[in-house]
Amino acid sequence: MTTTDPITAITAPDPDTPPISNRREALYFAVRNGKLLVGVGIVTIFLLIGIVGPFLVKSPPMEYVGQPMMPPDGEYWLGTTTFGQDVLAQFVYGVRSAFVVGVLAGGLAALIGMVIGFVAGYRGGLVDEILNMLTNVVLVIPTLAVLLIINAYLGVRSVGMQSLFIGLTSWPWVARAIRAQTFSLRSRDFVDLARLSGVRTGRIILREIAPNMSSYLFMTFILLFGSSILIASSLDFIGLGPTDGVSLGVMLNHANQWSALPLGLWWWFIPPGVAITAIVGALYVANVGLDEVFNPKLREL
Amino acid sequence: MLKLQEVSKVFRVGAFGGKTMTAVDEVSFEVGRGEVVSLIGESGSGKSTIGKMVLRLMSANGGSITFDGDDISKLDKRAYYRKVQGVFQDPFSSYNPIFKADRVFSMIKEVYFPKEADRVWRDKVASALNDVRLDAGQVLNKFPHQLSGGQLQRLLIARALLLDIDFLVADEITSMLDASTRIDVLNLLADLKLRGLGVLFITHDLALGNYISERTVVLHQGRIVEYGPTAKVFETPEHSYTRKLLASVPQLHRKWEGV
Repeated sequence: MTTTDPITAITAPDPDTPPISNRREALYFAVRNGKLLVGVGIVTIFLLIGIVGPFLVKSPPMEYVGQPMMPPDGEYWLGTTTFGQDVLAQFVYGVRSAFVVGVLAGGLAALIGMVIGFVAGYRGGLVDEILNMLTNVVLVIPTLAVLLIINAYLGVRSVGMQSLFIGLTSWPWVARAIRAQTFSLRSRDFVDLARLSGVRTGRIILREIAPNMSSYLFMTFILLFGSSILIASSLDFIGLGPTDGVSLGVMLNHANQWSALPLGLWWWFIPPGVAITAIVGALYVANVGLDEVFNPKLREL
Repeated sequence: MLKLQEVSKVFRVGAFGGKTMTAVDEVSFEVGRGEVVSLIGESGSGKSTIGKMVLRLMSANGGSITFDGDDISKLDKRAYYRKVQGVFQDPFSSYNPIFKADRVFSMIKEVYFPKEADRVWRDKVASALNDVRLDAGQVLNKFPHQLSGGQLQRLLIARALLLDIDFLVADEITSMLDASTRIDVLNLLADLKLRGLGVLFITHDLALGNYISERTVVLHQGRIVEYGPTAKVFETPEHSYTRKLLASVPQLHRKWEGV
């Protein structure tokens, strides 16, 4: 009685080995999915702008460097503002801060939503009822009103502060969705079997339940990432953005405040508007593409 | 070895848990070393609930379950599971579909034998597989859907054997298998019994209970209606429900009157 040699077992061609070939299959469909490629492509371009751009521009974003109200030319590719600030410098820093907000706020919301969803769904009972109540309370908090109040107390706001706030308010739907899925998975026998193997609760959630919904968790993060950027931009636009930096929403806010539209300074507000729309739109398109990759029923054959 | 004394389980149902439903009502019985006791009942009679309470997947509301004289709710879980294991009804739901089936073995290794050398462990697994009459080359490194129901159930029994258990809860382990593999798994249980294992055999199939067990417990709506040596229960049933149950078993050589 010998066990199979692991090396031959892995290399042996096996026509229906799902999870491994599932992953390969997902990759196969991923590189052939137009929506996913377009979405990821656009996001990657902006990501590169955000990462590399700030190292290439000559001046800090808020510095007065040139003639005011200059249209785009060879020296200032995106022109200057009413005060002679370089719009391109503001733009690349703004794109960077959009990604920072997306990662921090989206990541925080995903983390909180997953922890609460998994614990509530797995534990059930009183724990579930308390966490569910908390979720519902946060769900109905009027975000904007709370932010106005917080605004009155905080003099200086940073991008990190804003991300924290967005992250702390946008997790409830994640928690609810994950709770529902965990509910249905925890009644499966393999969870009981893991308990009978002496595996502890945290490990059961991480190693038995979460891998069964990994594609869903991944898509959740993408959606949170996009919506965080959108929320941040809206907050910035109405003047609740960071006070110590620049962002795409802050650019729009300033452009609006200093009458860029009536004065015809289109180079001041079109680039940030296009960037926000393109990043968020591309993320949603990529998400639809991912959905098709993970869910065979939606694939266009 | 395993002793249940007036064990009850009450579930809260309805909005805000306002109503209660008694699933198991003061059930007492005993399973000794090297003995198979079958727990027979229809769906909803509470038989699986009893199995889950013995396996500590649920806690009892009343009464006590003792193992070798110790109240099981006070024992360390890992130590308890080393002696008491379970196999469930649906072989396909017992395995995490995205992982290979032999992961049930590596989970045991991680928790109970983290320091054991891989070679020694492989030999152990091979000998456990041999005990359940499986060929290691055929079942290791495969995904659950590549194996048959009978193979999967026997893998789970092999998994329990790795822990050198004293007691096995077999919750309808043959009900999803076809007739020929069913008898293989039953004979395997009989082997285990000869080795001194106590088995709680939960089933709704009277013939299977009769085939394998020394004693039989008949459960109806959470209560024990009949408890005694299997032969006595089957030959001279005292309770009307048991009589009805025995009369309703279709006979192999008899047809329904309308056919």
